[in-house]
Amino acid sequence: MRPFTLHEPTSAAEASALLLERGEAARLYAGGTELLLAMKGGFLPCDHLVNVKTIPGMDAVALDGGALVIGAAATHTAIESAPIVRERFPLVAQVERRVANARVRNVGTLAGNLCFAEPHSDPAALLLLYDAEAVVEGASGERRISIADLQIAPYETALEPGEVMTAVRISPLPGGARAAYLKFGIHHRPTIGVGAMLRVAEGVVVEARLSLGSVPPVARRLPEAEALLLGERAEHLNAESSAVAEVADAAAAQADAVDDLHGSTEYKRHLVGVFVRRAIAQAAA
Amino acid sequence: MSSATPRIRVACEVNGRPVEAKVEPRAFLIDLLRDEFGLTSVKRSCDVQVCGACAVLLDGRPVSSCTLPAFEARGHSVLTAEGLADEPLGEALARAFAQHAAFQCGFCTPGLLLTAKALLDSAPAPTAEQVSECLEGNLCRCTGYKKIVEAVLAAAGRSAV
Ligand SMILES: Cc1cc2nc3c(=O)[nH]c(=O)nc-3n(C[C@H](O)[C@H](O)[C@H](O)COP(=O)(O)OP(=O)(O)OC[C@H]3O[C@@H](n4cnc5c(N)ncnc54)[C@H](O)[C@@H]3O)c2cc1C
Repeated sequence: MRPFTLHEPTSAAEASALLLERGEAARLYAGGTELLLAMKGGFLPCDHLVNVKTIPGMDAVALDGGALVIGAAATHTAIESAPIVRERFPLVAQVERRVANARVRNVGTLAGNLCFAEPHSDPAALLLLYDAEAVVEGASGERRISIADLQIAPYETALEPGEVMTAVRISPLPGGARAAYLKFGIHHRPTIGVGAMLRVAEGVVVEARLSLGSVPPVARRLPEAEALLLGERAEHLNAESSAVAEVADAAAAQADAVDDLHGSTEYKRHLVGVFVRRAIAQAAA
Repeated sequence: MSSATPRIRVACEVNGRPVEAKVEPRAFLIDLLRDEFGLTSVKRSCDVQVCGACAVLLDGRPVSSCTLPAFEARGHSVLTAEGLADEPLGEALARAFAQHAAFQCGFCTPGLLLTAKALLDSAPAPTAEQVSECLEGNLCRCTGYKKIVEAVLAAAGRSAV
């Protein structure tokens, strides 16, 4: 690996200035579980690493007016083991606990996962079930980017040059919501991740969100399939029901599956049908 | 301007002893442990954080030393399989691995012992399922894992059912 210089800023503004000053030659570094692999492989020439972990407070996991605020230096392990996450956002804890292996979770961060924009990401798909935002800081101050707009293409985010993600803000699911996230994989990263959120009032689905990750180039919601769930009685939504089968077919049709190491488009569309059915049944149960 | 990047002073604890070294920013922890400190139980294998052969404990938690920069050890404590011998739990695990034939070639064993120790430190009486889940990220191409799980359970004073 080529040599690099380590920078240890003590504020997001300082990190941002370092990035702007050095341009493409500098990269933010959190856990390095993606970045250093890419550098070792010679895919990412980088002469300056800007450590986000030396910025005080960046590893905080806290509640702010009901929303969960996860600092950019918080590791997957810190997130899944935080009592507030386990108690108030159990699905987030559950999914974070199954990201990668224990060693990667002990070092890798949620922010690094999202900013790398690897298409095979669990959190990218999971967070689409929530109203969630990335908080970023750059030369012109702070702004928030909706999670749905954060990743724009594989390995590409909406962050402007010099912008640093400081936190991810996740609002609680609405009252009456039940949610589930299922993943399946044959490699280390997921081959598919499917999230389902159903808000049920008087036994009837009044709001539905379905999210799909790892199959399309960028994790996405499945609006046509979601619409089919509205008005359904939750008790009828089991994996064998014809209503759920119809939703699963719609999901597979709009999955935007791409061929890659994890399988063909045909195979992935099949998986979408299977896992959408199971995720809905689990959320409805 | 020289192309050399400034070296970083790493003062940390390795296997219970305070140590110090100067490293290049790009040096990984595995290089420091093997080349500087001669701790060759730390095995380089996949080099991409998948196999667990290079696992060491950083402040008690498993990390992949193949991809963790050495400077991350500053101010922290590192445990390798060499240091396990001085710990009662390490001793119990090593004995259980031997008794249960939980290794053949032995290349993955240091990482497995350390990962198992981290588990038993936080969950002294795990279930077989917890052991499997915890060791999921450590690859062994010889044993088929069953004996490894049995050995960890035995070290915890539990029998596999
Ligand atoms: C073996 C293995 C298995 C994995 N399995 C899974 C899995 O099952 N599911 C899953 O979802 N993921 C998986 N991953 C991905 C894993 O979650 C990420 O590697 C990790 O979360 C990245 O975080 P990091 O802190 O190490 O990021 P880094 O490597 O430090 O950074 C990644 C990228 O984000 C940028 N960046 C970092 N921090 C910021 C910031 N604050 N603001 C802006 N940009 C920033 C960096 O410049 C870099 O481009 C796996 C990875 C490995 C190696």
